[in-house]
Amino acid sequence: MHNKSIAELSRGLASGEFSSVELTRAFLQRIEQHNAGLNTLVTVSADQALAAAEAADKTRQAGNAGTLTGVPLIHKDIFCTEGVKTSCGSKMLDNFIAPYDATVVSKCKAAGMPMLGKANMDEFAMGSSNETSFYGPVKNPWDSESVPGGSSGGSAAAVAARLTPMATGTDTGGSIRQPAALCGITGLKPTYGRVSRYGMIAFASSLDQAGPMTRSAEDAAYLLNVMAGFDERDSTSMEREVPDYTARLNDDLKGLKIGLPKEYFGEGLDAGVAEVVDAAIKQYQSMGAELVEISLPNSNLSVPTYYVVAPAECSSNLSRFDGVRFGYRCDEPKDLEDLYKRSRGEGFGAEVKRRIMIGTYALSAGYYDAYYLKAQQLRQLISDDFKQAFAKVDVIMGPTAPDVAFKLGAKSSDPVSMYLSDIYTIATNLAGLPGMSIPAGFVRGMPVGLQIIGNYFDESRLLNVAHRYQLETDWHLRAPDGFL
Amino acid sequence: MSLDQHDVEKIAHLARLGIDNADVPEYAHNLSAILDLVEQMAAVDTTGVTPMAHPLDARQRLREDVVTETNQRDKLQANAPQVEGGLFLVPQVIE
Repeated sequence: MHNKSIAELSRGLASGEFSSVELTRAFLQRIEQHNAGLNTLVTVSADQALAAAEAADKTRQAGNAGTLTGVPLIHKDIFCTEGVKTSCGSKMLDNFIAPYDATVVSKCKAAGMPMLGKANMDEFAMGSSNETSFYGPVKNPWDSESVPGGSSGGSAAAVAARLTPMATGTDTGGSIRQPAALCGITGLKPTYGRVSRYGMIAFASSLDQAGPMTRSAEDAAYLLNVMAGFDERDSTSMEREVPDYTARLNDDLKGLKIGLPKEYFGEGLDAGVAEVVDAAIKQYQSMGAELVEISLPNSNLSVPTYYVVAPAECSSNLSRFDGVRFGYRCDEPKDLEDLYKRSRGEGFGAEVKRRIMIGTYALSAGYYDAYYLKAQQLRQLISDDFKQAFAKVDVIMGPTAPDVAFKLGAKSSDPVSMYLSDIYTIATNLAGLPGMSIPAGFVRGMPVGLQIIGNYFDESRLLNVAHRYQLETDWHLRAPDGFL
Repeated sequence: MSLDQHDVEKIAHLARLGIDNADVPEYAHNLSAILDLVEQMAAVDTTGVTPMAHPLDARQRLREDVVTETNQRDKLQANAPQVEGGLFLVPQVIE
C-alpha cells in the first residue's frame, strides 16, 4: 500500500479494496517500524489519525467522499495543529500545544485526510540539513550518515521512506525543494500568496510559502488542490482562483521554451550533478521542448540578499517568543530583562540566535539603509531578471542543489558553507515565483533534483512539465534500500 | 565586516538574547563571516531602484472595522507559563 500513488489510494478507497482505517494503520505501522532509525517525526498522532480515518470511512459510506477523503498525510511541525504539540523543531515550543489549526491543516482536515504525525524540521525553519532541530537530526533514507536536506527534512525523508503518501512542507529559501532533491522526491513551492500562511509559524514573512512534498508531480497536484486558495485571515493571501491542478498534467510539451540560466551551470556545481541535470534537459528536448540560453545576471547576489532579508524578518517574527505568554520560560527569572534574555538564550538554538542577531544588526539604527533597504533594492533587480527571462521562455530549469546530500556534521561548523547549499533555490523566494524539484537521477548512489521555476501562478504548467518527464522516466519511482 | 566582542554584546542586548561570555568569540567569528558574505551587496549600484517589499506589489487588504474574534482567553492562555485571574505573571516591573 505504501508504494501506491495518491490516485491509486483514492481509487482503492472508493472501490472498497481497503478502508481508510486499514490504510492509516498500515502507515502507522511503517512509522513504528522505521521512524526511530530516521527520526522523521517529532510527534506521532496515532489516536487522532485513526479517529479521523474512521470518520473518513463513515463519510464515504454516507456517499460524501472527496478525492482525498481517507488518504493520510504528515504535516511539517511548523503548522499549528489544534490539541497537538507544535514544536517548530525548537526547545522554545517543546511544551506548546497549539490552540488552533493552521489554515493548511484545517483544509486538509476538511478534505478528510488523517494526520499521521508532525514532521521534524530545522529549528524555526532555519537550516538546509535538518541538523539544527532540538529533536536531533533527520537521517537521509538513502544513506543514514547523510543529511536529508532542510528545513523540511523530516517531511522529505518520510515521503522518501514511504512512511506517508504525502507531506506538507514550507519553503523560505529552498526548504521544500532542496530536501526534495536530496531525498529523491518531488516538492513544490507555490507562488507567494498562493497558500495561506495563517497558523504557519512565521520565519520570514515576505518569503515563507507552504507546499506539497510527494513522490510525484501528479500526487503534488492533488495535495496542492487542497492547500491552495485565498484566506482572509492571511493578509498576504492572494485573491486568485484555484484551478484544478490535475487538469493539465498531460498537456503536450511540444514548443515549450525552457530557459537555461548560464549562471546556474558554472562554478560551484558538482560535475556529476551537472551531468544528471544535462541529461534531464536533453530528455525534455526529445519531448519537443526548445532550449533557450538565458542570463539572470544578479544571481550571485541572491545569497547575500537573502541573508539580510530573511534574518531581518526573522528577528522581528521571533521577538514574540519572550517567555511571557507561551513557550519556554527560564527558571526563576530575577527580573523582566533576565526573563527575556534567559528564556530566549536557553530556548533558541545557535543557528536561530545567529540569524536573529544578523537581523537585529541589519535593522538597527545606522545600518538599516546599508543592509535591509539595500537588500530590498537588490531583490527588485533579481525579480526583474526573472521578468525579463519569462518574456522569452515558459519555464526555467537548472540543478536544485549544487551537490548531493552531504554527510551529517560536514557543514555544521561553517554556517556560510551551509548557506551556499541554497544557491539555486533562494532567488525564487526573493522573487516570489513558484518552483519545483523533481528526481532526475543519481550521483554516487544519492539522488539529484532538477529544479523547474515558473512564472507567477503558473503552478499548473510546472506540474505538467514535471509530470510529462515522470511519464518517460522512473527516477521518481526509485526507493531507498529497505524502504520499498 | 568584523564584529568584536562589544558589538556582539550590544546586538545580543538589542535582541534580548542571553549569550554566555564563553560563546561570544564564536558568535563574533560566525557573524563576521556572514557579514563578509553580505558585503557583496555594497558593490552593486542600486541608485534609483525601488526597494521591493512584495513580489507582486500587493497592497495591504483592509476589512470592515467590526469585531470578528470571540473571547477565548482561557483556551489561548492554556500554554502560558504563569497566569492568575486571566493575567500573565512576570517578575515585578514597577517598584
